[in-house]
Amino acid sequence: MPPKPHLALLAALLFAFGVQHFSDQFNPYYLDVLTGIGINVILAVSLNLVNGYTGQFSLGHAGFMSVGAYLSAAVTLYFAPRWFGEDGGTAWQEGGLFLMALLAGGLSAAFAGLLVGVPSLRLKGDYLALVTLGFGEIIRVTFQNVESLGGALGLNGIPPYTTIFWVLAFVAITIFVVTCLVNSTYGRGFLATRDDEIASEAVGLNTTRYKIVAFVIGAFFAGIAGGLYGHFKLTITPTGFDFTKSIEIVVMVILGGMGNTLGVILAAILLTLLPEVLRPVAEYRMVLYSFLLIVLMLARPQGLFNFKFGKSKA
Amino acid sequence: MSEFLQQLLNGLSLGAIYALIALGYTMVYGVLRFINFAHSDVFMVGAFLGYYLGKLVPEHTIWGGLAVLAVSMIGCAILGMTIERLAYRPLRSAPTLNVLITAIGVSLLLEYTGQVFFGAAPRNFPSIFPVRNFSFGSVIVTSNQLIVIAVSVVLMIVLQLIVYRTKIGTAMRAVSLNPKAAALMGVNNDVVISFTFGLGSALAAAGGILYALNYPSIDPLMGVMPGLKAFVAAILGGIGNIPGAALGGLILGTVETFVSGSQWSTYKDAIAFAILIIIMLFRPAGLLGKFTVEKV
Repeated sequence: MPPKPHLALLAALLFAFGVQHFSDQFNPYYLDVLTGIGINVILAVSLNLVNGYTGQFSLGHAGFMSVGAYLSAAVTLYFAPRWFGEDGGTAWQEGGLFLMALLAGGLSAAFAGLLVGVPSLRLKGDYLALVTLGFGEIIRVTFQNVESLGGALGLNGIPPYTTIFWVLAFVAITIFVVTCLVNSTYGRGFLATRDDEIASEAVGLNTTRYKIVAFVIGAFFAGIAGGLYGHFKLTITPTGFDFTKSIEIVVMVILGGMGNTLGVILAAILLTLLPEVLRPVAEYRMVLYSFLLIVLMLARPQGLFNFKFGKSKA
Repeated sequence: MSEFLQQLLNGLSLGAIYALIALGYTMVYGVLRFINFAHSDVFMVGAFLGYYLGKLVPEHTIWGGLAVLAVSMIGCAILGMTIERLAYRPLRSAPTLNVLITAIGVSLLLEYTGQVFFGAAPRNFPSIFPVRNFSFGSVIVTSNQLIVIAVSVVLMIVLQLIVYRTKIGTAMRAVSLNPKAAALMGVNNDVVISFTFGLGSALAAAGGILYALNYPSIDPLMGVMPGLKAFVAAILGGIGNIPGAALGGLILGTVETFVSGSQWSTYKDAIAFAILIIIMLFRPAGLLGKFTVEKV
């Protein structure tokens, strides 16, 4: 954690603004890849709070992402034509609406996280993983059946509000919140819950509460990432948020080394870039991707970027 | 009433397939305590082996169908043992999560390799068994449903005999009870685990072919949904419990068939997971599983 986290956040936000200012000069392809990386970093870092720091294995992150994506897309699709008419608003107006939509998406995802978390966090390990997977799939099937949200076809024509500024800014905010939270006095409770639940309860920590807090915060940022994703791809379908997506995020967390924010960020970058780099080999790229995944897991089971395995884990 | 019987029959034949797949999950969980995500893709490979072998034998014959079934089962058993040897054995002492991710990697590898080799487009599965419809009153029984139920019952009896009447079966039960103690008593854990993977994969192959017979179109991603549901079935019955997996499969298949026949048909994929969540919350050990209290 940097010595002055608030300054670091401010610097990062300024940097995001600067990148946005000069975004015309970059190759649009690189900007798209960077946006994809940013969204995945938000997802991975927020899941890391649940999986890595609190030790609760969740496989439903894509479900919360879809809640955020749908809700925020619904907000902009509803308000943008009513407020701005045909020709769109100014950059500030659109930005304000987008921020509102993202927050609406994040809050609804957090609420979904609360609904899912309260009953399921009584379970542990594999069982929790399965229940969250189940909830993720139920969320997906429900979206598939809600006609006002496009049903199986999904939502189309979402305005392209996601710019590189929003992505980088939320990446910075996510990392800031998660890092400051786990390094605060309150946040030690997450680590204690992971390391030894029974001992933590014995010293008076309410571990269930910590688990739910971690789950809700994780879901909130997943919802934000979903909103960014929806306004970046401009179209969302329920099948884009199935459990393969959840697994993709989990892989980033585990490959980065559980409970290691820097490692998780690097893993998210690597795993987003890998399919892009492998693009020249076209049809074989996903074969290679999965093959590399197995090899990496066999070669470095403690996570690719985790260099202090052994002494940190009890 | 006849509609109810018809749906019950459809449900039972679907459930029998789920049960066959669930057995593989539950056996592997029994000995290794991890979810073998690649199992659903072994199921897919089994169906594809059946597809290619089915072209070599004359259609609509009992012996041809059984030969295809047997050869695919052997093929998948070898595949399952190879996967275990190459991908899971090096991680025997690593945390479960790592093995889980590796299993996911293997699953993706099989799916994408399948898409490259078999093509992503669905194909029609040849009708390798004789096809005939029998009608009892207004209930129609297809020969495929009878074959599904007959083959599943036979395989489950054989499995039960292997697990409870043979030396290797005893070893399997010993390893699932306590791997360390079993090793001290002279059980070769690696051989037992390998055998378990072979057995489970062979059942998955049988499940794949039977599934393909009833839903005659196969593609490299066909395993994902049946695999997940079979896993739910394994949990429903109590994971690690062989009769439980069979029971869970039958219940799940029947419930799902009834739901897809009702006005809620579009929610049929959600039903399996709703059952999963209810079971997890109220009876985490499953219907036939034993509940253990966690000790400090």
